[in-house]
Parts: sequence; C-alpha cells; structure tokens
Amino acid sequence: MRVTDKDVAYVADLANLELSEEERSAMLRDLNSILGHVDRLSELKTEDVAPMAQVSGTFTVDPALSESERYGYPIRDDVKEGLRKSLPHDAAVKNAPDTDGTFFQVPKVIER
Amino acid sequence: MATASAVSPEVRAKYEPVIGLEVHVQLLTESKIFCSCSTRFGSPPNSNVCPVCLGLPGALPVLNKKAVEFAVLAAMGIQCRINEVSVFARKNYFYPDLPKGYQISQYDKPIAEHGFIEIAIDGGLKKIGITRLHLEEDAGKSLHEGFADAASKTAIDLNRAGVALAEIVSEPDMRSPAEAYEYLTRLKEIILYTGVSDCNMEEGSLRCDANISVRLRGESKFGTKTEIKNVNSFRFIKQALEYEIERQIGILESGETITQETRLYNATEGKTYAMRSKEKAHDYRYFPEPDLLPLVVDEKWQADIRGGLPELPEARRSRMIQEYGITVGDAHTLTLTRAMADQFESVAAKSKNPKRIANLVQGELLGRLKAAGLELEESPISMAGVAASADLVEAGTISGKMLKDLYDLSFERKLDFEVVYEAEGRPEQSRDTASLETLADEVIAANPKQVEQYRAGKKTMIGFFVGQVMKASKGQANPQLVNEVLTKKLEA
Repeated sequence: MRVTDKDVAYVADLANLELSEEERSAMLRDLNSILGHVDRLSELKTEDVAPMAQVSGTFTVDPALSESERYGYPIRDDVKEGLRKSLPHDAAVKNAPDTDGTFFQVPKVIER
Repeated sequence: MATASAVSPEVRAKYEPVIGLEVHVQLLTESKIFCSCSTRFGSPPNSNVCPVCLGLPGALPVLNKKAVEFAVLAAMGIQCRINEVSVFARKNYFYPDLPKGYQISQYDKPIAEHGFIEIAIDGGLKKIGITRLHLEEDAGKSLHEGFADAASKTAIDLNRAGVALAEIVSEPDMRSPAEAYEYLTRLKEIILYTGVSDCNMEEGSLRCDANISVRLRGESKFGTKTEIKNVNSFRFIKQALEYEIERQIGILESGETITQETRLYNATEGKTYAMRSKEKAHDYRYFPEPDLLPLVVDEKWQADIRGGLPELPEARRSRMIQEYGITVGDAHTLTLTRAMADQFESVAAKSKNPKRIANLVQGELLGRLKAAGLELEESPISMAGVAASADLVEAGTISGKMLKDLYDLSFERKLDFEVVYEAEGRPEQSRDTASLETLADEVIAANPKQVEQYRAGKKTMIGFFVGQVMKASKGQANPQLVNEVLTKKLEA
C-alpha cells in the first residue's frame, strides 16, 4: 500500500472534500491501484526519452517554421476591446450563489 | 516606530538578517493574460469578466502574446537568462477571489532565470541575485468593508482576475532593510524604464512580499524565516523588516524558536501580526497546465524583443555624467523617470550649459515641487522651460533673483516658464548704466570706511559693494555690470 488513509484525508482536506468512511476507503483502493499501474509503466526504459509536460508538445514538425511559430498557434494578439467581449454584468453574476447585484458575495472571510 | 522588544545595539549586532523579496508587477497589456477582457483599472465591479476569467466550466485559456513579450523584456532588464521553453503550471488553492480553484502560473520551468540587480550600498556596488521571473495570472479582489452586508459577507470583484503578472523572485542576498529598500528602488526603476508596468503601488500594480530570517554572524545556515505580506510602500517594507528583525532576535535571545509563518504588517502600529487564515502548510500540488502548450520563445523572437529594450538607468547615468559634465546626484535626479531623462537629453544637447540645467533642477525645481507636494511629472515647469531659463541666466539676460521670482510665478499660475516669461513682458535685468552709476555713487558715499579699506588694497571688498548695489536694485541689476561700474569708480 503506497497511499495510507492519512494521505487520503490530507488530500481530501486540501481539495475541500468531505468524504465519508466508505468513500475514503474507496479512494484509498482506487489511488493505490492507479499508483500500481504507474509502477508498471515505470518498468519501461525511458532513458532516451526527453521529459515532457504536454502530450501535444509537438504541434507540427514543419521545418519551414521557426520553433516559436510551430508553438505559436494558440497565442493571440493583445487587442483593446478584444475579439471576444466580456459578459454583460447581469449575465456574469446571474448564476452566482449569492450576489448583491454588483459583487459576488461569500460568507465573511476573516483576514486576521 | 514601535519595536518588538528592547533589543540592545550590542545584541542586535550579534545577528545578521537575511532577506529575500518577491515582487509582483502587473503588466501593461490591454487585455488579460488568458482572455480578451479589458485590464482597465477602476471599471465597475465584475464588468471585465468572461467565462475564462470567471472559471466557468469548459472555458479555455489562450495566451496573450504581449504578456510574453513584456515578461521577457522585464527579464532582460534584470539580466535574466530567457528559457527558450517554459511551462505553465496550476497552483492549487482555495480562496474566494480565485474562481477556478487554481492559479495558472509557472513552476519548475519559468520563462526566465538567473538575473541580478546591482545596488549601491556603503559606497560600493553589491549584486543581488534574481532567482527567476515567471508569468502568472492575478487573482480577483476581496472587499471586507464598505458595502451593505459587510458584517456577514465578503464581496468579490473579479475584474482583476486574469490580469497578467510577472513575479520576480530574488535570492536571499540582502543583509539589511536598507539593502532591500535599495533593491526595490532599482527594480522599480528598471521596470519603469522597460515600460512593461506602471509600478503604481496604490493601484496594486506593484506588490511586494518579503522573506526574512536572522542568524548569528558567521553562521552559514539560514534561520527559520517568516514571510511579510500586505505592505504597500517601500518605506513600510523597510519598517516592517526592521520590526521583524528585532522581533525574531528577541525570540531567539529568550531561548525560543521562530515559527515559520506568514505575517501581516500593520503600518499604523508599526508591527507585524501572524496571519491566522493561512496557517495551514502551503501545499499547492503544482502540475503542468494541460490547457496550455509549452511556451516557446526562440532566439529569433528573443532578438525581436531585445530590440525594444531601452538603455537601462544605470548605464544611462554613467553616460550622462560623461556627456554633460553633471554630478552623480544630478544624474540620479534626472533619470528618476525615463520621460524626465529623455526630456533632459533633448534640451541638454541644444543648451549652452547642460550643467546649469541640472543645477536648476536640483536647486530651484525640486524644492518647489516638494513644497507644492508635486511629483516631477506634475511640474508646471517643463525641462524645456528649465533649459530656456538656464540659457537666459547664462546670457546674462536675467539674474538669479529674477529667475527665482519667475519660477515662483510659474508655480503660482501653474504655467510653464516660457509662458510666464512672455506674460511678464520678457523682463531683463537692468543694463541701465546711468541708474546703476547713481546707485553705485550712493553706496560709495554711504560706506566711507569700506572705501578706505578697498583703496588701502583690500580688493575683496568689491564683493561687499556689489552686494549693496544688488540689494539697492532689488536684485534687478546685472552683477557683472555692477562690478564693472563699481571698480571704475573705486579705482578712480
């Protein structure tokens, strides 16, 4: 067992989740089974593979394009009054659990 | 300023403070870093928001090119190495002003690393290392008071959520609050020169957190640090650090240990307080942002950006001292802002005597600005005005006294020097020899003893006579002319 019940409680707390005893033990089982699978993957020889943070890390290998251009497609220009308008204020706050019509409101946050 | 406990200078001297700073600057992009919403400060609450910055399900971030270019430019200004590939990461935490439940930031692969700033300290230069500069998005704003339900609720304005930030993290290289202050001053100056942020602390476009610990001198290990947040001026940061150093020394001296925690500075009391709401150990569970590709800023793009890097303040000062024969102090004043330095240089090149312009700024302009509570940028007298007045004095057209009066009028009427000079009918100091001769005769007649001394060989007495005639002319006479007239009469 790589993950203990204490780990599950800790991560649940960080994630603001309240888990019942049953849910906790289910999580414990699932997490350990996932990590077991990762252990199997670790058996692969990956010495010659560069670490990557993204599966879509290479968009195109077109040699005519510079590196920035190959990755550049998801970048946009900084346009005043941009391509997509902001939401109308009433639409923005419409589905909020609590609002005074101007702000979103949450139970009092005590800073100090 | 309040002190935590009475730490004697001897005890204080046993310890060495270790300070590192984290500075956030808002980048001056028109739109937010991951969506098209406006970044305008002071818009009605929650009006510059969209599904992306509200964190609505399914919305995807698209990176703002300008934010990247500004971050790289700032990084170049502080001598950082630009990482060709950097990676965005999610920093997970819950706070009401963070709608997604995570902040898109950069973690193990920031956009730039390994920079430095040189600060002047104790007559020498000291290099303060910069660990990294990374891109991230700002959070929204929480309001705790000033609205109807403030007793039971906190109000959230998400206009700021998603505004582009560069976070600049220093090495723990500073050893005194004065060094920290100097570092911040230089950093702000460089950022302002690059033009990527307005660094306005009141509007929160520059924010600073300080990490501080103390250790016995000679000790190589760092002590336990605390983090000071919520400080809104460089002066307060210096004060908060002074307080925190004494507090930590007091604790160590009494045999107790420092608790690693976040503390808030209360400027009114001059004290720091432990922040209860964030006592839980920081565990942000960073992981690569799956919605954004790695950011690639290749050599070609870097070169394009570097083309926009202006001459930096320190280099500019050295050159200006060389070029215009001004002092180090002059150079510092004249480079306070890039606009000011540009203005000075544009007039200095044409001026008869650039040093005189610098003198007037230091001697006549700054004092008046301070008295009027104005910033240099708000001065009624422009640099062109100062240059024009310098040339008039240089040519002997107006006297120093007249210049002072005209400057006073400029400030009174909030009009530039040349406008006031015209309005006053282009006054000139008196070259009217006839009336000068009368004044000289009167002064000579009224001071027989001094005349005797002069004629007995004490030539320096001429200064006394010139002074008397200048006084009688109410400062309107040309001192050189007065000198000539008097010498002629006294030698006769």
